Amino acid sequence: MSFLDPLLAPLQYEFMVRALATTVVAAVVCALLSCWLVLVGWSLMGDAVSHAVLPGVVIAYVLGAPFALGALVFGLLAVALIGAIRDTSRVKEDAAIGIVFTTLFALGLVLISVTPSQTDLNHIVFGNILGVSDADLVQIGVLAAVALVVLIVKRRDLTLYAFDPTHAHAIGLSPRLLGALLLGLLALTAVVALQVVGVILVVAMLIIPGATAYLLTDRFGRMLVIAPVMSALSSVLGIYLSYWMDASPGGLVVVVQGAAFALVYLFGPRHGLIGRRLHAG
Amino acid sequence: MTAPIRVSDVVVSYGEIVALDGVSLDVAAGRVTGLIGMNGSGKSTLFKAIMGMIRPDRGAVLIDGADPAVARRRGAIGYVPQSGDVDWSFPVSVRDVVMMGRYGHLGPTRRPRPADRAAVAEALDRVELADLADRQIGQLSGGQRKRAFVARGIAQGARTLLLDEPFAGVDKRSEATIVRLLRELADDGATVLVSTHDLHALPRLADEAVLLLRRVLFQGSVADALRPEHLARAFGLDVLDQDGAA
Repeated sequence: MSFLDPLLAPLQYEFMVRALATTVVAAVVCALLSCWLVLVGWSLMGDAVSHAVLPGVVIAYVLGAPFALGALVFGLLAVALIGAIRDTSRVKEDAAIGIVFTTLFALGLVLISVTPSQTDLNHIVFGNILGVSDADLVQIGVLAAVALVVLIVKRRDLTLYAFDPTHAHAIGLSPRLLGALLLGLLALTAVVALQVVGVILVVAMLIIPGATAYLLTDRFGRMLVIAPVMSALSSVLGIYLSYWMDASPGGLVVVVQGAAFALVYLFGPRHGLIGRRLHAG
Repeated sequence: MTAPIRVSDVVVSYGEIVALDGVSLDVAAGRVTGLIGMNGSGKSTLFKAIMGMIRPDRGAVLIDGADPAVARRRGAIGYVPQSGDVDWSFPVSVRDVVMMGRYGHLGPTRRPRPADRAAVAEALDRVELADLADRQIGQLSGGQRKRAFVARGIAQGARTLLLDEPFAGVDKRSEATIVRLLRELADDGATVLVSTHDLHALPRLADEAVLLLRRVLFQGSVADALRPEHLARAFGLDVLDQDGAA
């Protein structure tokens, strides 16, 4: 009856409510983490780790273990392998990353294809936001809460690590430990987000919000507000669009986030392309 | 009494390349020591060894007679990085950067207390950046950026200050300000070690000079260090001459 109907109609369905709730949780956690990832320069590493967790998640499924555990093991394994190849051969890091994450991702696909299961494991690859179960919801909630608390408590240390790891070392902190912490959070968050957009697109939620916020402010504290808000809004919009258009929700969540980045890139007041031209001219 | 920084026969190599080949060096408190050498002479590697960021293949570093890890935990070592090692578009303010000097003194969440804010304000005053405290760090000039990092070391209360090429990309006026600041800190009893290949500032800056080319070629007065025969060796010119003759 009212103009709100298109917004309210989907909420009659429980699966849509769950989808929206899950999406907002994942969007917020990923967006917070992404602020550090883009500043440390870990976008490629985020891509690698988020793909490489696939076999870990499948094995965890088979063993009945928590997905996060499998993801953590394979996320760390991927980073260790990348480091080993880089340090002990003449292959450079970007190639090492390319080799390791595609191989582990492929291993995951193979494992999925030979694993008999009631649920469709392909959902891990492409996301299954419309089919969130109670168990999924609990797992995502717990992981997100853990990641959120750690990020908030250690935010200053992580920022110091991103800005000046040498100083962190000089005052008796361990840059290696802080890097490992960030890595663990990356693997954890990847599990949260793969429910929404799938393993393939997780990296988008782990990079785009932070990069977008970075173009909007020179204050890290503000990035930590802008990124999650922007990510939550565009993710919800993506879910709605998928409902109205009957199209892939995971795909639309990422497309909307990408579009938001494009708008900020072009029209951002300070660091946007057009704003900078005006200042220069 | 042992020197605040004692480097004994340190060897560091990266694969085939020997960066430091048996470096022994005492750096005294209450004075500014200039570490002179060309690019690739091992200055940065020596700094990393002093901070304990790399483990020497041989030899040892002692800070105040103990392992560098002890000094690090006490917050005794302040470090001013090379310009090239800093991401100047990082979204932190000058005040944020200086506050990072306090982190070692703070609890696990590094939430600053009033005393920490006061220490930061005082350090900013001392380097004359109080007016620019809320600027994003990259919006400062080259010299102001260096002063911000020196302020971080002051706020930290570091008694040993290591500065890696602080005069690169810094105008003459800022250079004079930094020199004056470092001299004041040394007069207060700090140990100040400055790596530079800028020889012009050296007589005003340093009480003592160390010439480095993978090993210590000379340690002594600045005037002696600047003698042509010493500089020629530090900058590898005698090698060049031989090549020219051949």
